[in-house]
Amino acid sequence: MHRKKGYQESFSKRLKTDLRRNWSLYLLVLPVLLFYIAFKYKPMYGALIAFMDYTPTKGMANSEWVGLKHFSRFFSSPYFWRLLKNTFLLSFYNLLFGFPAPIILALLLNEVKNAKFKKFTQTVTYLPHFLSLVVICGMVTDFSLINGLFNSVIEFFGGTRTPLLQNPDYYRTIYVLSGIWKEVGWGSIIYLAALSGIDTQLYEAAKIDGAGKWKQMIHVTLPGITPQIVILLIMKIGNLMSMGYEKTILLYNPSIYETADIISSYVYRSGLMNQEWGYSTAIGLFNSLVNCTLVVAANYISRKTTENSLW
Amino acid sequence: MKIKVSRGEKIFQVFNYCFLSLVALICIYPIWHVAMGSVSSGTRLATETGVILWPMDFTTIAYEKVFKNPLILTGYKNTIFVIIVSLMLNMILTILAAYFFSRPKVMFKKPLMLMVLFTMYVDGGIIPFYLTLKDFHLTDNLWGLIIPFMISTYNMIILRTSFEAIPASLTEAARIDGAGHITILLKIIIPLSKATLAVIALYYGVSTWNSWFWGSTIMRDKAKLPLQSVLREILISNDTTGMEATGADAIGIEISIKYATIMVATVPILLIYPFIQKYFTKGVMIGAVKE
Repeated sequence: MHRKKGYQESFSKRLKTDLRRNWSLYLLVLPVLLFYIAFKYKPMYGALIAFMDYTPTKGMANSEWVGLKHFSRFFSSPYFWRLLKNTFLLSFYNLLFGFPAPIILALLLNEVKNAKFKKFTQTVTYLPHFLSLVVICGMVTDFSLINGLFNSVIEFFGGTRTPLLQNPDYYRTIYVLSGIWKEVGWGSIIYLAALSGIDTQLYEAAKIDGAGKWKQMIHVTLPGITPQIVILLIMKIGNLMSMGYEKTILLYNPSIYETADIISSYVYRSGLMNQEWGYSTAIGLFNSLVNCTLVVAANYISRKTTENSLW
Repeated sequence: MKIKVSRGEKIFQVFNYCFLSLVALICIYPIWHVAMGSVSSGTRLATETGVILWPMDFTTIAYEKVFKNPLILTGYKNTIFVIIVSLMLNMILTILAAYFFSRPKVMFKKPLMLMVLFTMYVDGGIIPFYLTLKDFHLTDNLWGLIIPFMISTYNMIILRTSFEAIPASLTEAARIDGAGHITILLKIIIPLSKATLAVIALYYGVSTWNSWFWGSTIMRDKAKLPLQSVLREILISNDTTGMEATGADAIGIEISIKYATIMVATVPILLIYPFIQKYFTKGVMIGAVKE
């Protein structure tokens, strides 16, 4: 591209120049590359056991290839549709309620004139983000007990006490609400920063044109933070099926598998607990295939419809 | 000019303050509940329900039990060891990677960057990862919580962006003066990227502190569990071995023991929180510029 016209160095000559000039740089980055090979690429190669009857004693070299056996077993398993449905619904509700929550909080905080009150509310709402997942799930589990805090609130509003984490009907609500509790304040930071970057002259102009608060919100504020909203939305949609197993493993129990069990927690159980190595790897592979498709699709749609995209 | 405030706007303002106060209360109360419950008598915790505004029959017995549990102490020790060693390795390797990928005119930079970026979107899954740890003899071993997590690609990219912002003329001049890469890193690049480095160190530190899954998965020996995995045993699996109480103390003590355990693992974070909060908010912005 920047080469001079009609003159092109041979590959080997460029290679020599590069190695002479940069050999020490390559030496510095060597441990980094080894890390990626050992802990990122080796497991990718290891994922081939999805097509094998693998056992650790036989090792990959001696395990026999079984083609798509594990995949067809999963697709015809009675859990397949349940896992797919639970994974999709949990992420969908997470997105539906969890995504707008920080935007709304940021918009409301943006309207607060009292700087001290604003700072205080921000600091307090960021706080749950700093609690570890284990602590949060421990608290949720305790509060969901029949004499726990959540039940006291339910009773206060006229409901009856019931062990919440034993009932499949309540699991999704608990999962989504606790997620919002943890991340709503933290998620609002990025929108607040975008809001403070909106040119105040735009508001002045809107006021002169007779726009009230509501109109200003629709025509000035929201367009001002649209790029952030779109980028974060694509990322979230791309991750729709890549639900982490950590929170699920901490919260669920056999009595609520019906709504709580998701693909990744099933992978964890069948792989690490029941030692069905090939089978669980196949499910994991299927899951990441779905994820990749979603990321690419979300990005494509966004690039076509809005101007924003991840790549 | 006095701006006229409409009636609707006044109502909105009142509603807004009330609503945000409620949000703040919901965010803070559960933590308060746990804090007060941890110093309340088990008997009253077991019989009374509802909000706890102040300690009920103040007692520190739950804390005495928690500190007698050897797993809490080994958990703390393991976590501190892992955090210190991880942080050093995290920073060294991330700086090296970010430096390499921010240099101009390096022939293999592009293909190697693709190789790194690829791992952000595709991975082998938890089972092959676990088997990899086994192959490297990293199971039942604290190094298994350190070595496989040495670089976060996301953090590396943030740092690379910040390194790229440093004018090339500075480093080129040093090169001409005969400075090697290490000198350039130590004398020019690192001093000019302190803010980003602080943010990344915090990200790494927090993620190590919070991680429990691999600790719970690879350790056979309970004395090797990091703190968060110990918490999981106590809070989620209800394993209160070593903290049993007898007689009148025994009633309802599991609840206050759980609360005390949460406090013991959370108070250090809450204490340093005010000091590090601004770095975190800065970090969100640094991460966002990346796109």
